[in-house]
Amino acid sequence: MASVATTPARSGSAVRQGSSKSGRQLKWWQQALYQALCLFIGATVLFPVLWIVSMSLDPRNIARPTELNLIPPGASLDAYRQVLDRPTGNPVTFAELAMNSLRLAGGVALFALLIGVSAAYAFSRFKFPGRQYAMIAVLGITVLPAVATIAPLFALLNGIRITATLLSIALAIAGLLAAGFGLLIIVPAWRAGTAVGSTYLLGGVALLMGLILLVTAASPPANDIFILRNSLLGVGIAMISGALPFAIWNLKGYLDTIPKELEEAAIIDGASANQIFFQIVLPLSTPALAVTGFLSFTAGWTEFFLSWQFLTNPQDFTLAMALYNMTGQYAGSVPWSRFAAFSILVSLPVAIVYLMLQRYIVGGLTLGGVKG
Amino acid sequence: MAATNPELARAGTGAPRSPLSETWRQLRGPLVYLLPAALVMLTVTFYPLVFQVWMSFTDYGVIREEGKQTLNRFGPGGLPPANYRPAEGVGLQNYTDILTNEPAFVARLGGNFDFWRILGFNLWWTFSNVGFHVSLGILIAVLLNVEGLWGRKIYRAIFILPMVLPNIVIATVWRNMFDDQYGAINQLISMIAGSPIQIRWFNQIDPPIPGIPLPLSYYAMLIANIWLGWPFMSIVATGALQSIPKEMYEAASIDGATGRQQFWSITLPLLRPAMVPAAMVGIVMTFNLFHIIYFMSGGGPLGRTEIMVTQAFRLVNVNQLYGVAAAFSVLIAAVLIPIFLITNRITRATETYDG
Repeated sequence: MASVATTPARSGSAVRQGSSKSGRQLKWWQQALYQALCLFIGATVLFPVLWIVSMSLDPRNIARPTELNLIPPGASLDAYRQVLDRPTGNPVTFAELAMNSLRLAGGVALFALLIGVSAAYAFSRFKFPGRQYAMIAVLGITVLPAVATIAPLFALLNGIRITATLLSIALAIAGLLAAGFGLLIIVPAWRAGTAVGSTYLLGGVALLMGLILLVTAASPPANDIFILRNSLLGVGIAMISGALPFAIWNLKGYLDTIPKELEEAAIIDGASANQIFFQIVLPLSTPALAVTGFLSFTAGWTEFFLSWQFLTNPQDFTLAMALYNMTGQYAGSVPWSRFAAFSILVSLPVAIVYLMLQRYIVGGLTLGGVKG
Repeated sequence: MAATNPELARAGTGAPRSPLSETWRQLRGPLVYLLPAALVMLTVTFYPLVFQVWMSFTDYGVIREEGKQTLNRFGPGGLPPANYRPAEGVGLQNYTDILTNEPAFVARLGGNFDFWRILGFNLWWTFSNVGFHVSLGILIAVLLNVEGLWGRKIYRAIFILPMVLPNIVIATVWRNMFDDQYGAINQLISMIAGSPIQIRWFNQIDPPIPGIPLPLSYYAMLIANIWLGWPFMSIVATGALQSIPKEMYEAASIDGATGRQQFWSITLPLLRPAMVPAAMVGIVMTFNLFHIIYFMSGGGPLGRTEIMVTQAFRLVNVNQLYGVAAAFSVLIAAVLIPIFLITNRITRATETYDG
């Protein structure tokens, strides 16, 4: 480790000594040494990724891999086809699992954004009594692990049991409220001609929430008595417990970096706090909304312990639960080629969006450093 | 501040006010924005936490000899089932059972529970990991920052891969990579050694390094988590490196400072302001890192690699001791709150933003 520690530093300075001459070349042995180091690091990073890709292409459907090869003989996409059809022993398809994860992740992310952004605005722009304590409470919650609240959440949600009809009515009312809230955001701004992209974004999120709730209301659960704990809705509520404080904190950090000159100018022009929020702050915070929504979505997409503890009906199971069933000694007779294909299918959507949002995500993560 | 705050700005002129109406005037503006989040958090975040503290003083979830359970209050027709009983207060017993590793209590959990070992391992796990993350992150950032290095962009694109993949997938893939019979790591070692070698990564109980009471599964998970964690630190360090003015290095080399001296007295001190908060985030995240431990070793062998959060989950999921799990979670909070306060102090995260 020590030898690695000093070499790059020395070289860095060696280069910088001559950095006034632009486009300076490294000595050949330096270039070779650094290339070797970089290639070695690259190999360690890529090894697991290549292993899993290679295994997912293995057509032989053998239970376990017995040798290492980059491209297995007769590579094919059979494992993907099998895994899309029926990934685990349970009679559910990949699409059904993905749909459950999508509903959970999408619902939690949208809800956290919608409620979180206004609270973040209040923390970022207003000075009010108790602000410091409220902020410490919000940040303190994000430090506590979600697993550590599983006992009370399970007990409380387990106690909420209503009939299926009553549930449908409650969901329909909630859906209409959310949709009405969305219209309330969009319509007045649209009629006044002040609607901008983020007005539609936020209003659209609310409308989408309403729609999801209405669709859920229209498809009542099979059982007569609905146990909130044993449903994706219950898992979603338990997730909100941690996802909302996280969203507030993340968005607040970003709002703090938006310069206030624009708002000051708007105040002079006689804009109200609402106008400033919808017409100045929201449009500028679109990247933060995207990043926070994405991070919340990823958390929901791969949520494991709450679903594992709460859900008992196979038609509610999620991708993460299936992945656990395919790993290591729990895999039973499921071939590892299917495990590999399944992992790749789970990772791809979030990996692609991550790469697209990378610039903003990294900016947000390093924000704390700038402030310290 | 006043000029930047719309509500304050508008109410800037007016008659003198009483303190109460002053408070109300300051709250009125933000209240509308705070109310939805406040209501939701009070219901699903803070109420469960209060309930958790209450639960920690009861025998919630314990099934007594006569088969009475506390959890299911609702039977057919909405009435309590015949075997239901309300949870009873047990005072501090859950806490004393945990903190003193009471033998009967430990036996009920399968015999491998030891609170102080779990806490000690969790702290060691955290600091050993973050230490590797930060030092490797800085070194690789410095390496990639060398001017004239070929293929820098390609390397940066590859090195971000561990951050892009979901944690749960990384944990399960590394679990299978370290499988003693079919895992890629043992196959790779066999290939290099030229003869079949089967290291029992997750089942070997004897510590591989004599004198250090850490099982082999710790080292396997350390490798996986180093792979997972250094790119984040490297990105933070790269951002900070690029903001160091080149003139500082030029001046230093004119004064005759060697590369090593420049690294220790320019690069490292100037990276500190960015790396300290990042390391703090890393410490809290690694302390609570559920996926790697749960999916790779499952806390084994014999519970030696259990950390606080996996043990808390096991208390609920396997043992169904909700009251004990609540007490255990309160103890987790008791460990984390000082860490959080120190972090908050160092990064000044909740201080008022005044631009």
